Amino acid sequence: MIAQKDSISPGSSLRAGGPAGPEADQHCPNETFVLNLGPQHPAAHGVLRVLMTMDGEWIKRAEPVIGYIHRMHEKMGENRTWAKFLPNTSRIDYLSAMHYTHAFVGAVERAAKIEVPPRAEYIRVITSELNRISSHMVWWGALLLDLGGFTPILYAFDDREKILDLLEGLCGARLTYCYYRFGGLYNDVDDTFLNGTREFVQHMQPRLKMYRDLVTDNIILRKRLTAIGGISAELCRKYGATGPVIRGSGVAYDVRRAEPYSVYSRFEFKIPVYPESDSMARYLVRMDEMEQSLRIIGQALDQLPEGPVMGKVPRVLKLPPGDTCYAVEAARGRFMVRIVSDGKEVPYRVKLRTPSFSNLSLYEEASKGMILPDALAMMGSLDLVIPDIDR
Amino acid sequence: MSFLTLEPIRLLLYLVGVCAFVGANAAYLVLAERKGAGRIQRRPGPNEAGYAGLLQPVADGIKLLAKQIMVPPGTDALLFRAAPLMVMAPSLMCLAVIPFGANLVARDLNIGLLLVFSFGSINVMALMLGGWASRNKFAIISSARVVSQNVAYEIPMLLVVITMLMVTGTMNLNEIIHQQAGWFWNWNVFKVWVNPLMPVTFVIFFICMLAETNRAPFDMAEAESELVAGAFTEYGGMGFGVFFMAEYANIVVGCCLATILFLGGWQSPFGALSGVLGPLWFLLKMYALIFTVIWIRWTFPRTQFYSLLNLSWKILIPLSLFTLVLTGVMIKII
Repeated sequence: MIAQKDSISPGSSLRAGGPAGPEADQHCPNETFVLNLGPQHPAAHGVLRVLMTMDGEWIKRAEPVIGYIHRMHEKMGENRTWAKFLPNTSRIDYLSAMHYTHAFVGAVERAAKIEVPPRAEYIRVITSELNRISSHMVWWGALLLDLGGFTPILYAFDDREKILDLLEGLCGARLTYCYYRFGGLYNDVDDTFLNGTREFVQHMQPRLKMYRDLVTDNIILRKRLTAIGGISAELCRKYGATGPVIRGSGVAYDVRRAEPYSVYSRFEFKIPVYPESDSMARYLVRMDEMEQSLRIIGQALDQLPEGPVMGKVPRVLKLPPGDTCYAVEAARGRFMVRIVSDGKEVPYRVKLRTPSFSNLSLYEEASKGMILPDALAMMGSLDLVIPDIDR
Repeated sequence: MSFLTLEPIRLLLYLVGVCAFVGANAAYLVLAERKGAGRIQRRPGPNEAGYAGLLQPVADGIKLLAKQIMVPPGTDALLFRAAPLMVMAPSLMCLAVIPFGANLVARDLNIGLLLVFSFGSINVMALMLGGWASRNKFAIISSARVVSQNVAYEIPMLLVVITMLMVTGTMNLNEIIHQQAGWFWNWNVFKVWVNPLMPVTFVIFFICMLAETNRAPFDMAEAESELVAGAFTEYGGMGFGVFFMAEYANIVVGCCLATILFLGGWQSPFGALSGVLGPLWFLLKMYALIFTVIWIRWTFPRTQFYSLLNLSWKILIPLSLFTLVLTGVMIKII
């Protein structure tokens, strides 16, 4: 049952962009049809629409159509003050809001040369990593839903709930946090949060082991993800895919290591890399990342310094003219904010480089010749958040 | 007693009984499934309607009945309407020959087993017609899957049934149960002296039954995360409800058959009390199997379509052929 290697599934081979189902080609040369997947489809996780030219169940061409939830975040950045744009950033990728606010706050701090107190940086790391785990839990549940397993998402949301409760205690929001401020944080952490986070780290480690035993090592899951949905490192580079997608292709690119920001350089953590470049590799990267996040949180809690959580920030923030970038490792990959200032209170230009957009771009090339359920499993392994694509 | 021996009255009673049994099972298995899923997923499941959610099936039924049955433009209206009936009727027919107790059977046919399988296979055609008539791409993909899946799994299932026929030598379901009298090691599933691979045969039968009823992890037909609702995408209201009920009715038939062929039907596990308590034993075994079906659904992801076919053509069919030959040899030797 395990040994046989997908003999009648051309789509399962690792080559990306190969010809669509050779047998199918011979028998019905031109009989294709267009399947309109989405924008309302259970597998599209939001309002993504994919126009699939199908030959039977084989995909000849899958063309993503985006823009259904475009909200003009970049344009909105140009007509409000720096501080007023801050809440927007947490709504771009609502699942990893902490990272996104971090990038914008970081860019402004870099441009205005604002000093951030160390305690604030440590708390930023703790909350960012908590957010990464909660984001990965949603991805995990949703991927299993795509694969037809309904139960895991409820366990995932059970764990996520604990994180949301902790973060809600800090800043009042459960999803679209606006906890980071220019120069520090909105308020200091209390003992409830610190003890709760310690408890969560204790709670999560056995849970991850349980997920590995019950879900990751499940034979059906292994068969559905292993050696399917290959995305080579070249393809990732061609389209700028980052995050778990490129790490699942054997490239150890992580912004936390490549261009360290905040206080990430002070912690010990591994960057999970799997060279298999199939859906399973991307799956395992994220599962390992959660363990590493727990490690970082544990270290940050132990080293947490005393002191203020807010630096000196001018009352009216005017950035010196110039061009500044700040990149963070969000849950889906490299998120970068580029701000251009002309010395006014309002930005001249805000450019958002979102990871999901690049990760989706490779879908058309990578899904050629795949069979429909495999292609949807691959889409699930890319972990797309549609507002992050459209912005 | 002479009143009950009148044939038309007896038939009428059985007709009502079978319909009520299927209806009650279909309705309350949905609840059992939702409750079971809830227990597996650490949530209570439906618990608002009535005590512990016992009125939930009634509420669902009223909701479905109150909905207008839409026939989308461009569909084949006749087939579209006929498909739910064609999927429901055969499973009702199958239950006519299922013996629930020593004397509790509507029609004690000599070819009961054959009848169950002939009617059981109509189900596929109904699903295919429903999907085909819907004029929906998802539904058509799903129909194609249903056909190839059911063709693939009919073969090992029938090979297993032929093995059982060779062991029992009869197609009369009650006769098959009578042969398994005594302690539980007389049940066919444990008769390793007839064929050492008997437990394997049972597992093959059970897997095929899951695939034939389109249950997870083989629910290619419905595959909600790929094909929206598969063959039922265009159905709403009670049209969809009937498909849903038929799925559960088919599970009931499949589990009844597994109970009869392998687990001794209404025979008690320890030789005594089979007569009076017969129906109880039967239902106990049947619901244990049904619970397993529910359990599997909520703990496994869906298989890949080609590995599903590979499983049948490359493993189950050779294996069931092998058990068939082995049984033949064993019978000849003994």
